[in-house]
Amino acid sequence: MAKYETIIGLEVHVQLKTESKLFCGCSTEFGALPNTHTCPICTGMPGVLPVVNRKAVEYAVKSALALNCEVATRSVFARKNYFYPDLPKNYQISQYEEPLAQNGYLEIRVDGGARKVGIARINLEEDAGKLLHYIGSREIDGSLVDFNRCGIPLLEIVSTPDIKSPEEAYSYLTTLKTMLRYLEVSDCDMEKGSLRCDANVSLRLAGQKELGVKTEVKNMNSFKAIEKALEYEVKRQIGAIEGKERIIQETRLWDEKMERTYPMRSKEEAHDYRYFPEPDLVPLVVDERWLEEVRKTIPELPDMRRQRFIKEYGLSEYDAGVLTAEKALAEYFEEVAELYTNPKAVGNWVMVELLGRLNAANKDIRESPVSPPQLAELLGLIEAGTISGKIAKTIFQEMFDTGKSAKAIVEEKKLVQITDEKEIGKIIEEVVRENPGAVEEYRKGKENALGHLVGQVMRKSQGRANPQLVNRMLKERLGRSI
Amino acid sequence: MELCELTAHELLEKLEKREVSSEDIVRSVFERIGQVENRLGSFVTLTEEEAFRQARDIDKVAIKGKLPGALAGIPVAIKDNICIKNVKTTCSSHILENFISPYEATVVKRLREAGAVFIGKTNMDEFAMGSSTENSYFGITRNPWDLNHIPGGSSGGSAVAVASDETILAIGSDTGGSIRQPAACCGVVGLKPTYGRVSRYGLVAFASSLDQIGPFGKDVEDVALLMNVIAAHDERDSTSVNLDVPDYSKSLTENIKGIKIGVPKEYFIKGLDGEVEKAVKEAIELLQDLGAITVEISLPHTEYGVAVYYLIAPSEASANLARYDGVRYGYRSLEIGDLLDEYEKSRGEGFGPEVKRRIMLGTYALSRGYYDAYYLKAQKVRTLIKKDFDGAFEKVDAIITPTAPTPAFKIGEKVDDPLQMYLSDIFTISANLASIPGISIPCGFSKKGLPIGLQLMARPFDEEVLIRIAYAYEKSVDWYKRKPKL
Repeated sequence: MAKYETIIGLEVHVQLKTESKLFCGCSTEFGALPNTHTCPICTGMPGVLPVVNRKAVEYAVKSALALNCEVATRSVFARKNYFYPDLPKNYQISQYEEPLAQNGYLEIRVDGGARKVGIARINLEEDAGKLLHYIGSREIDGSLVDFNRCGIPLLEIVSTPDIKSPEEAYSYLTTLKTMLRYLEVSDCDMEKGSLRCDANVSLRLAGQKELGVKTEVKNMNSFKAIEKALEYEVKRQIGAIEGKERIIQETRLWDEKMERTYPMRSKEEAHDYRYFPEPDLVPLVVDERWLEEVRKTIPELPDMRRQRFIKEYGLSEYDAGVLTAEKALAEYFEEVAELYTNPKAVGNWVMVELLGRLNAANKDIRESPVSPPQLAELLGLIEAGTISGKIAKTIFQEMFDTGKSAKAIVEEKKLVQITDEKEIGKIIEEVVRENPGAVEEYRKGKENALGHLVGQVMRKSQGRANPQLVNRMLKERLGRSI
Repeated sequence: MELCELTAHELLEKLEKREVSSEDIVRSVFERIGQVENRLGSFVTLTEEEAFRQARDIDKVAIKGKLPGALAGIPVAIKDNICIKNVKTTCSSHILENFISPYEATVVKRLREAGAVFIGKTNMDEFAMGSSTENSYFGITRNPWDLNHIPGGSSGGSAVAVASDETILAIGSDTGGSIRQPAACCGVVGLKPTYGRVSRYGLVAFASSLDQIGPFGKDVEDVALLMNVIAAHDERDSTSVNLDVPDYSKSLTENIKGIKIGVPKEYFIKGLDGEVEKAVKEAIELLQDLGAITVEISLPHTEYGVAVYYLIAPSEASANLARYDGVRYGYRSLEIGDLLDEYEKSRGEGFGPEVKRRIMLGTYALSRGYYDAYYLKAQKVRTLIKKDFDGAFEKVDAIITPTAPTPAFKIGEKVDDPLQMYLSDIFTISANLASIPGISIPCGFSKKGLPIGLQLMARPFDEEVLIRIAYAYEKSVDWYKRKPKL
């Protein structure tokens, strides 16, 4: 058994995909020119007041239910007070003593098994703006503030500190991301800032009851970075403990380039947020009726879907996992599988041929140029023997590039498989005549020479000859003497 | 009589009959301003050109038929913490000295739609923090009845403008008495609506759970007219109540037979000026003569009102005023080094001493370790104060008290003693804490000729009974006919 027990807690912030911000009607669209999605409310002008976005609450409740939480019938917004240029009111409207939801869990898969990680609380709050200290790579004298992001609804999801390893942390994050994307409440894209994560980590001797001193780690820009940062922290803390050094409770930043954490300047840490209930908003009430309405909008969740894929389609754990990682992908698969009832084949084609090309073209499954019926048609043609499996791959590339259907391409390019033995026989005669050397080699016992000859036949038939037939017929032909 | 000396309801009649035009009224008001403003200092900004433009637009429409709105053509002055689009909103503070609001308050929008003509923004205690309008960055406003006395605060400018006929109507805000107390000091009518009755959208926040916008008028009828226009549910204000608005002019009946009026013993104590006590007691007798039944009641937690208020209001204000940091708008200090410097200097130089005092008080009361003992405790006692009123309103329909413990004091008298200053709110503060409506009406004059006001309070959303009692009383006396000699 390991000497030390690792205790990790994760605090995740996700931006909710509502059309407008949490407390005003400004657009939440990503990537707009700076300060073009602002209004007096989200820039903290004198005299403005917040009004709660109902959709944001709906998405928050939906997430809380999917994460098995108790949703509070009554929750209260609170002001979190601190000064910073990206926070126009110099307070953030968040939730404190009475959050939207508590006491849930997320089931993650580790070491071939499954474990529930507790979710302590979920609350709704507004995002801050963005500070720029550089334009491109040029450092500017001062800083610029963009308030487009200010006021976008955030869901803060705080886990209980019972994640036991950096690997589990990674799994927690990917599982959470998949879940929230299934609910279509957030894109959870760390690159675009719609998911941010801070981690707390401490160690204790195995079997010890008291918790060790914890450090907070920030500034990780990907799930991998989080895993690496936590691995580094665990190593560092072990080193400190063994070296009889005290571990300071502090906030440390992850340095991606140097692959280490370093302490944040301590001045930023002494924060008394002076929380008090937001007097401009009445308590948020989520009654039974609304709760049930929202519950009905929850789709089949990733875990359930994965298990169903294994059972219904006989897919492997791995394949089911890949195909259910995104709801849109799972839906695509099922649409094809309904039309062409060989799930293993469908799975292979989707995972290998389709996903491969989509990833290379940086496209999402929803942007697939090949529709589910089109893929099903192609598979049907292979099964019917109209085309060979090999040619099908070429056809698929063309389908992907042009969006045309398989049948259209086959007709256009005259790619129907040749199964007529008379026709194949003619080509075989030609090849045998033109390749006496290879024929000789084969008759002498070199098996490889057959492959060369098969290749020649395939070439002459533009790949359309049925390979199995060619093989059999060539063997027969070569078996005879000239 | 000059047009500017008339009331809104009198002028509307003349406008209806085409005896006068809105332009005539606006001209009369600006002539008056020209005569007295340099002695009074009621206004921070005058919008003369815009006012004439609005008046001419109203006149153009009025010629063709009916008056285009319940207040069509009537000049209204707006307290400088309420936003009018493209006009400076300074809150009488250096930190917003040149701030031009890019949007306007819902109340202003409603007044505009009713045809009101905006003549300017009135002086106030900085960020509504004060009871004397001595805390303005732009100088003091003087009481028209005696230029050496304060006009009350924080809506001093609005009260004075109405009292001196610089405007026909005015709008103010009331957080602890800031409409009622200056109304009493200046001998005009001022009403603080029930919390949630009038939208706060566009009112620069001081204490979010206490602030309300309210009307000033030369008589009760004018205040009722204003209430009809400004009271409404507003989707932009989540604390605005979704209740139908009655026609307040229906309460102008003069009939108060059988109405039960409570007289709370805690408001008639040592420290209450003898002349004020006499005037209010005479008013009570008059109301009895008019048929009202007076009942002695007790509001036992009255004595905690000031302490509770001076914990809750500064706490909320400390957060509400955090946004004034020179980053996006407002005053930014010129000599700054780093970020902390920018915050400290801009705010340190931009805010006046009373504002800084209250921000520090509020920040302290919300701090870790003190929140439970101060802010939370104050909110709990607030509930007890509210319960006092709930209990009282089971026995009576309205409560009568003096508005302020003394008539208007001398300029400079209390400026160096903040605690003494705070005590001038002692009678008005509870209504804000209990979220109930209150009105102040003139009920006499001191020997020195300074006005004395009486206050009526009622159940939440029962502004009607306030107007009814006030109107009946007003019609039996003639305080409202008197004007200051200027």
